[in-house]
Amino acid sequence: MTVVNPQGLHARPADLFVKTANQFSATIEVTKGNETVDGKSILSILTLAAEQGTELEINATGSDAQRALAALSELVENGFE
Amino acid sequence: MKFADFVCQGAIRAELAAEDKESVIRELVTALVEAGKVSETDKEDIVKAIIKREELGSTGIGRGVAVPHTKHPSVERLVGTVGISHDGVDFDSLDGEKVQLLFLLISPPDRPGDHLRALENISRQLRDDMFCKFLKQAKTCEDICQLLEEADNNQFVS
Repeated sequence: MTVVNPQGLHARPADLFVKTANQFSATIEVTKGNETVDGKSILSILTLAAEQGTELEINATGSDAQRALAALSELVENGFE
Repeated sequence: MKFADFVCQGAIRAELAAEDKESVIRELVTALVEAGKVSETDKEDIVKAIIKREELGSTGIGRGVAVPHTKHPSVERLVGTVGISHDGVDFDSLDGEKVQLLFLLISPPDRPGDHLRALENISRQLRDDMFCKFLKQAKTCEDICQLLEEADNNQFVS
């Protein structure tokens, strides 16, 4: 999916992403290019420096993986609104 | 982006005196004024903007670290400073812990990429336990400058 909000994945969206991810028990990983990080750690998410237009891949594994993916995809695609 | 690209050495504070969130933000912005990076007339406006940003959600990102920030039209390029509170300041952090390490950033409104890359650098370096620990233990501005320089030279992160 693509980061659509103009400011990119800065502190507030990263916080929202991590809070949402932590509502699920699934393991969540976010990949930008060849870098994959823990989707439940704000420090890790911030290291991606994902600007507007950046392609991110989100992977979830675990019993509630599908629901986690749906919630996180919606968050990113709606520009964290 | 490296620390040297945005941290104003003259505004680094190794022993912050302030004991609460608003005062500590004001102390760091004042340090940037004294270092000539921000004008005195913009100071209160910048402090208010940073506090307003904090109200949307704390920038205390865990590990005793906070990155209070704002965009402000008075700066032409990203400026920042580092402050250490050895006693820690209550910052409504995401993990509930007090904050000892503060990286305050002021960026021009039209440069969101630079702000992201500064956050990237800070968070990447702070994932290293040694860097985080040494920085919190730093007693002087010289110690901090040296640690930032070592981090810039990739001496902490492989």
